[in-house]
Amino acid sequence: MKVLAAMSGGVDSAVAAARAAEAGHDVTGVHLALSRNPQTYRTGARGCCTLEDSRDARRAADVIGIPFYVWDMAERFHEDVVDDFVAEYAAGRTPNPCLRCNEKIKFAAVLDRAVALGFDAVVTGHHARIDAGVLRRSVDMGKDQSYVLAVLNSEQLSRAIFPLGDITKEQVRAEAAERGLAVADKPDSHDICFIADGDTRGFLTERIGAKPGDIVDGESGEVLGEHNGAFAYTVGQRHGLGLTRPASDGKPRYVLSITPVSNTVTVGPREALEVTIVRGKRPIWTDGVARTEPIECEVQLRAHGEVHAATLVADGDEVTAHLRAPARGVSAGQAMVAYLPDGGGDVVLASATITGAERG
Amino acid sequence: MAYLDHAATTPMLPDALEAYVAAAAHLGNASALHAAGRGARRLVEEARESVAADLGARPSEVIFTGGGTESDNLAVKGMFWGRGDAEPGRRRVLCSEIEHHAVLDAVEWLERHEGATVSWLPVDAAGRIRMDVLAGVLAEHGDEIALVTAMWANNEVGTVQPISEMSAVCDEQGIPLHTDAIQAVGQVPVSFADSGASALTVTGHKLGGPAGVGVLLLGRDVPVTPLMHGGGQERDVRSGTLDVPGVVSFAAALRVAVAEQAATAERLTLLRDDLIARVRHAVPDAILNGDPVNRLPGNAHLSFPGCEGDAILMLLDAAGVQCATGSACNAGVAQPSHVLLAMGADETLARSTLRFSLGHTSTQEDVDELIAALPTAVERARAASAT
Ligand SMILES: Cc1ncc(COP(=O)(O)O)c(C=O)c1O
Repeated sequence: MKVLAAMSGGVDSAVAAARAAEAGHDVTGVHLALSRNPQTYRTGARGCCTLEDSRDARRAADVIGIPFYVWDMAERFHEDVVDDFVAEYAAGRTPNPCLRCNEKIKFAAVLDRAVALGFDAVVTGHHARIDAGVLRRSVDMGKDQSYVLAVLNSEQLSRAIFPLGDITKEQVRAEAAERGLAVADKPDSHDICFIADGDTRGFLTERIGAKPGDIVDGESGEVLGEHNGAFAYTVGQRHGLGLTRPASDGKPRYVLSITPVSNTVTVGPREALEVTIVRGKRPIWTDGVARTEPIECEVQLRAHGEVHAATLVADGDEVTAHLRAPARGVSAGQAMVAYLPDGGGDVVLASATITGAERG
Repeated sequence: MAYLDHAATTPMLPDALEAYVAAAAHLGNASALHAAGRGARRLVEEARESVAADLGARPSEVIFTGGGTESDNLAVKGMFWGRGDAEPGRRRVLCSEIEHHAVLDAVEWLERHEGATVSWLPVDAAGRIRMDVLAGVLAEHGDEIALVTAMWANNEVGTVQPISEMSAVCDEQGIPLHTDAIQAVGQVPVSFADSGASALTVTGHKLGGPAGVGVLLLGRDVPVTPLMHGGGQERDVRSGTLDVPGVVSFAAALRVAVAEQAATAERLTLLRDDLIARVRHAVPDAILNGDPVNRLPGNAHLSFPGCEGDAILMLLDAAGVQCATGSACNAGVAQPSHVLLAMGADETLARSTLRFSLGHTSTQEDVDELIAALPTAVERARAASAT
């Protein structure tokens, strides 16, 4: 097949491209330029869009012996990922930009362009498996990225190749070294690639503006402190609340909810975070088949989060998960991903965007 | 494989390669006083005389440098400082809008850091420098001008400029003209004396010589402040131990390029015109950019409306046809060409261009390969732009 390998400059995408070439595909490497001004994004080895990353990707492509180009996706990335990220926080939700990037950039804008140019598929270094069209978790549970890929529909999955799903991160590094790829020891990127210093709150404040408001106790209605912008908080958060008064029961407080309209952050005790019903919208069935009967499955409610046994009920555009045991810290805006447990790697059944959660 | 990117770099001529290898086997620092030094010096001075003869210059006017970029920087910055030292009131630089970045960025740097005032010389839709604007600026600011810099032929669209006409109007006011003749030498006749220019840039790797060796032809009485200080090896204007095999090879390449210029031009013009006609037949809405008559024999520069040049380039590359978008990259991301923008194109059209450039090894088969691959590439690039 004629395939396009998205190369970030990191070790995973380099090995993925090499594996695709070795498997006999006709591979072309592409680095996505996502920053409007390449210097403004993270410097050093942590990010994914610096000039250094672009050069690392090109160097890897040269070693593998494949053509390499840079595609300018900065405008699309800003509109669909960065602006969306800011708007979601402003609306009191907690978005996952990696998931959005997969949905809107890598397997939409890039894939569409690739297909128009005559490519059959896009190869990435994600840790997940696709066999016989079915999306499954990686063998490396610690690095598994199926959660951020669960937004892909069956058509997108049919044009995706993840060559790393059956090896661990450790094996990826060893293989990179064996193949003479200089990125073998490059540190993993983490956090959010477009927030250079890792200061998400600062990034949001710069764009949304500081908006002082109250931090209120959910039970007593007491004002326990002040905040500079409700958008900077996430459900389940305990640290960095800056409460000026202790709660009446003297126990630690956690963020229970964020209400942008009144600009309030509501806090409460840990137990108040517990939910057993999680609601979502816009289900994406990875196999393209919408389920109408309740399904016994496991749901994951945030990246690298734990899984919960649940019954999933879908009704048109709405999905509800009834959890067998309570979950804590469930934020609107995150994805709820349903898995079917399977000895050969859990199967990703569907994803939906969380709209709310409650105690049943 | 079809190589259609000779304007970026062209294969070394056999004579140049042979001369390089022979000279590389020699020991000697051309500045040393002993026998080995004398041997090296002899090679360098023979090369200098040969270069001078081929370019209508005197040997003392030949300054060897580390390539075109260095020659351009030395001319632009060195002449600005040199003239300004003698006459502090001269701080204005006239520069065409279509210069290569080696000139353009040097001029912008002078503006930002050295207090230069810049008058940008516009071009018409065919990429010809507007002589009326030049005359106007000379009339208005003649006594403030340190230098004028205008390229002999443009590296992207191939338009050839009336350099001797320009230097004549500059000369009337005693203003020196520098011309970047990198793309012109070997393609059109170039004589330093006849051009009337005060300084002229040439580089080795565009005419069949090695990369990293260039020449600045510099009039004897043109004041220039050096950029690099050291041993003053080249007329006290350029320091650094000379790259003897590089210089010798450069001279050998130039000798062949100049001797064969007329024949090469005739052959490449025919081939190029055939290429343009067949591209237009294959892609009827393709637009030829640049001067249709006064253009480099090896240059075909076309816009493909509705496509990104980048996308066609990638698809042609995959089909074994190598060409260029002609414009500069910023971190690997193609920028809309400043040359096309100066010629009045909008950003989208300025991103839709490809440059096919022919040279001494080009054949009819190269053109055939291009024409075979182009229609599919254009069709797909058009579809990709619509996504
Ligand atoms: C018109 C022009 N000026 C300057 C240069 C730079 O020359 P060099 O590559 O020798 O530094 C080039 C070629 O890249 C050129 O085409």
